[in-house]
Amino acid sequence: MIDVHYFAGLKELTGHEKERVDCSGQTVEQLKALLVDKYPGIEGRSIQVAVNEEYALPGDVLAAGDVVALIPPVSGG
Amino acid sequence: MKAFSVVTEPIEPQVYADYVLRPEAGAVTLFTGHVREWTKGVQTLYLAYEAYVPMAEKKLARIGQEIEEKWEGTRVAIAHRIGELQISDIAVVIAVSSPHRKVAYEANEYAIERIKEIVPIWKKEIWNDGEEWIGDQKKKPGGETG
Repeated sequence: MIDVHYFAGLKELTGHEKERVDCSGQTVEQLKALLVDKYPGIEGRSIQVAVNEEYALPGDVLAAGDVVALIPPVSGG
Repeated sequence: MKAFSVVTEPIEPQVYADYVLRPEAGAVTLFTGHVREWTKGVQTLYLAYEAYVPMAEKKLARIGQEIEEKWEGTRVAIAHRIGELQISDIAVVIAVSSPHRKVAYEANEYAIERIKEIVPIWKKEIWNDGEEWIGDQKKKPGGETG
């Protein structure tokens, strides 16, 4: 199982700050598809994925214990 | 203090200017970003900032590292505040010291541009008649595309 964190608008949309998702061995892209199925409102949004606090690529493979975060477009400053 | 931090308390800019000042520095630029009341005719009541704190602090440190590699002899400190901020509160402070002023100005601007690109911090504008996460929507009040 992998912890997935949500922030800002995605936290409100999913209703979770974080949740455990069974996605070990899957790619970042597969996880995104899985989450779109679960939360259709995510579809079409610009979302980056961070794994262990670094931006990840779509093909990166997730392993048990990874910390994943869905990062909507940032707006700091 | 930490040179690259996400904070919840009010920011005291001088602390960051003092941190980057060294005998080799002939210039310190101190940028403070503030909560603005009016954006394109829409009045903001206050802002709520949220961050993915551990990653945001890593990315702020990375920006500092980029600057110190790009412009030799610079030293950088950055803090971003999160939580509810009122009009005119300081949301972000960037201090850069360098031997000469030109680089201190350039590097400081580079830092705020990079913050807006890579640091996982989000701002929600709260208006009289609603609220919205900025950067996370296609449309802003007044039909502006965000």
